Amino acid sequence: MSNQILVPHTINPHKWVDNYADYLYAYALSRINDEEQARDLVQEVFLAALEKADHFEGRSSERTWLTAILKNKIIDIYRKRSPGLNNKTSKTDDKTYDDFFYEDGHWREEHWPKELGVEDQDPLHNKELNRVLQQCMQKLPALWLAVFTMKHMEEESSENICKQLKVTSANFWVIIHRAKLNLRACLQKNWI
Amino acid sequence: MGPIKKIQYNCRKATLLIEKKLISGLSISEKVELHIHLAGCLVCRVFENQSGIINKMVRQMFTDVDVSNVRLDDDFKQDLQHRIEDELNKS
Repeated sequence: MSNQILVPHTINPHKWVDNYADYLYAYALSRINDEEQARDLVQEVFLAALEKADHFEGRSSERTWLTAILKNKIIDIYRKRSPGLNNKTSKTDDKTYDDFFYEDGHWREEHWPKELGVEDQDPLHNKELNRVLQQCMQKLPALWLAVFTMKHMEEESSENICKQLKVTSANFWVIIHRAKLNLRACLQKNWI
Repeated sequence: MGPIKKIQYNCRKATLLIEKKLISGLSISEKVELHIHLAGCLVCRVFENQSGIINKMVRQMFTDVDVSNVRLDDDFKQDLQHRIEDELNKS
């Protein structure tokens, strides 16, 4: 097996659709939740990859290379979807700090976090809980979802997220904080 | 209100520190603040536990891309491969 380290990866566009189309589609869909847009993205990735094929250096696998192209395209979409800081977010069901806390910083009683009852029962593998969480994520305003997704799914550096989405560092934390408050509250509301 | 009282009673600040702790870590003084707060605040301890679980769930959801339920339809795939072959023949 040692020769695997030495032999560079190669690309074979004739097998791309068979080998990677479903994977790339699932990857895109899980991050943008729009079937048509996800399908378009898969096509765009393959076409962009053909153009860049000459530059493929074989340092990563074909799949890793295609996924990296897809990831950049997804970040582009996040950027386009995000209205930026000065615009009001389009969704209205997100809650502000005042909804969660009194002026002095205390939780409002109706928003006290309560045990979900599944914390100690392998919540990561609880399919139903995962489903509810996914639904709750889709309720977040576009910019929040973009920040949250880039941080937790792509593990981007916070600096890079701020740069890409044109968010200040202070606002980054406000968004992370409020996104989590809303997400957790939504999970509790739809679970208990 | 003294500095200790201030953090003891500020759940808004404590939950922000919890998020910072999960993402980038805290400074020593922030660690102390959060520790003091959580020692006396059961509600924020529940928040902290669930917040960590949510982050792990989200991460897992997107690292294990689940292709078992999601598939492109065959016609789309066929067209796509044709398109790729056309492009290849052009060059």
